[in-house]
Amino acid sequence: MSLLGAPELTEEGEFVINIGPQHPSTHGVLHLKVWLDGETIKKVQPHLGYIHRSIEKMSESLSYRNFIYVTSRMDYLSAHINNQACALAVEKGLQIEAPPRAQMIRILMAELTRLSSHQLWWGCTGLDLGAVTPFFYAFREREAIMEIMEESCGARLTQNYCVPGGVMYDVHPNFQNRVKDVIKQIKSKFKEYEEILSGNVIFEQRTKGVGYISAADAVSYGCTGPTARGSGVSCDVRKWFPYDGYEKVQFKEILEHGGDCYARYMVRMAEMKQSAYIIEQLIDNIPEGDFQAKTKMVLKLPKGEFYQRVETARGELGVYIVSDGAASPYRIKYRSPNFSNLSALEHMAKGAKIGDLVAIMATIDLVIPDVDR
Amino acid sequence: MTNEEIKQSVSALFPAVTYDETGEFLNLLISSGDLRPLIEALRKNAEYDFDFLFCLTCIDWKTHLTMVYHLLSKKHKHAIVIKAKIADTINPEIETVSDLWKTAIFHEREVYDLFGVKFLNHPDLRRLLLDESWEGYPLRKNYVDENMITI
Repeated sequence: MSLLGAPELTEEGEFVINIGPQHPSTHGVLHLKVWLDGETIKKVQPHLGYIHRSIEKMSESLSYRNFIYVTSRMDYLSAHINNQACALAVEKGLQIEAPPRAQMIRILMAELTRLSSHQLWWGCTGLDLGAVTPFFYAFREREAIMEIMEESCGARLTQNYCVPGGVMYDVHPNFQNRVKDVIKQIKSKFKEYEEILSGNVIFEQRTKGVGYISAADAVSYGCTGPTARGSGVSCDVRKWFPYDGYEKVQFKEILEHGGDCYARYMVRMAEMKQSAYIIEQLIDNIPEGDFQAKTKMVLKLPKGEFYQRVETARGELGVYIVSDGAASPYRIKYRSPNFSNLSALEHMAKGAKIGDLVAIMATIDLVIPDVDR
Repeated sequence: MTNEEIKQSVSALFPAVTYDETGEFLNLLISSGDLRPLIEALRKNAEYDFDFLFCLTCIDWKTHLTMVYHLLSKKHKHAIVIKAKIADTINPEIETVSDLWKTAIFHEREVYDLFGVKFLNHPDLRRLLLDESWEGYPLRKNYVDENMITI
């Protein structure tokens, strides 16, 4: 057995190298085994599990109130949306609905989360492809969103704000004003974002025509979110299966038909604008009333199965609860968007150059704790 | 197609299928040995056209295992769930669906890893999240974790 990380030479003259698990461009502990012919990628094999905590097994011994908090540690950049999915799944089982105020707060927080997640992705994509400045630009605006989160939820990243029946606390009195300021600030920066990266010749050459995946393949691989929408696959859960009142909100599902890294990039850039648009619509119209429905101390779901899906910043997250009537779930499956998106990596990378692998990984927007769970 | 239409047309082709409509989706129940022709028809027949396998998982019921396939058709916008019962819990086996939906390559490896279900004709059946030397299947109900501390 060779040392982990040391290159090997196969009988066909292909060079086998290991990228990760501590490579900066994998954004987490992803280990890729890559077969190379010169600089051309022949085969990519993801090796997972470096941060596998078996959240599904853990959830089986936690109550319906507690298991929600573990899911913040899956896709930590969309932590609020993960919590929302779980809260909605439990609500589906209990046959209750969150009050209108709670629903509105949830959507607002979800869109702020999506904005901050896409901003982090934008900065990191620039960094991966050799542009350092976007990272600082993105973090400047992202910081303001994190502060709003901290003020209302008490945490910046793992919000744990959703509970079955609503949200944990009411929003901070400053919430509306601060959100309005931040959205105004962010909207004025979109043009700057596009000037520095989208129109950059080097960036375009590194992403256009790279990592192509067709619409049919994207569906077959179970890709969702911007990864699939870059290939023209309509899959926005907010439009297909609206939850928490998304059916009343006006926004466009962004579709690009290029199927390459640049198309996926453009989808996310346009989605940021849509998220800002959604927040603008709602921020002045938060209904008065309760922020939480009345629920029992110990929640018990009736015997049966409940499936809830939501649109995280990376795609469709499904929470599948199998209940046997007890106070904790009998079985929980998290259908994570990154897991399916990553499975398409080999398809996208085959035949590309080794340098393109970084661009492909960046535009799939991988978060490894969500893959491993 | 509505659930009723799917039910009628499936029962004409596969009389062995039973149905459960108590949940959110229409459930098609079948034994693991009869799964392959049914699922192939659901994928390939144009009137069903279930092109999106959005969730694939397994449930351990102690007496038997159940494979659960959540299917959606992007074109017709109908969704169903197929449940295949695997009676043998010692050496569970089932036909792969990874040639019909490529997402199943990873999802079936995950189920193999955590439940020990062997997928016949799978192109690359290795453990996915755990190490090859790991003993036992953590999501099975009879799995004992010696390192677990109960507070």
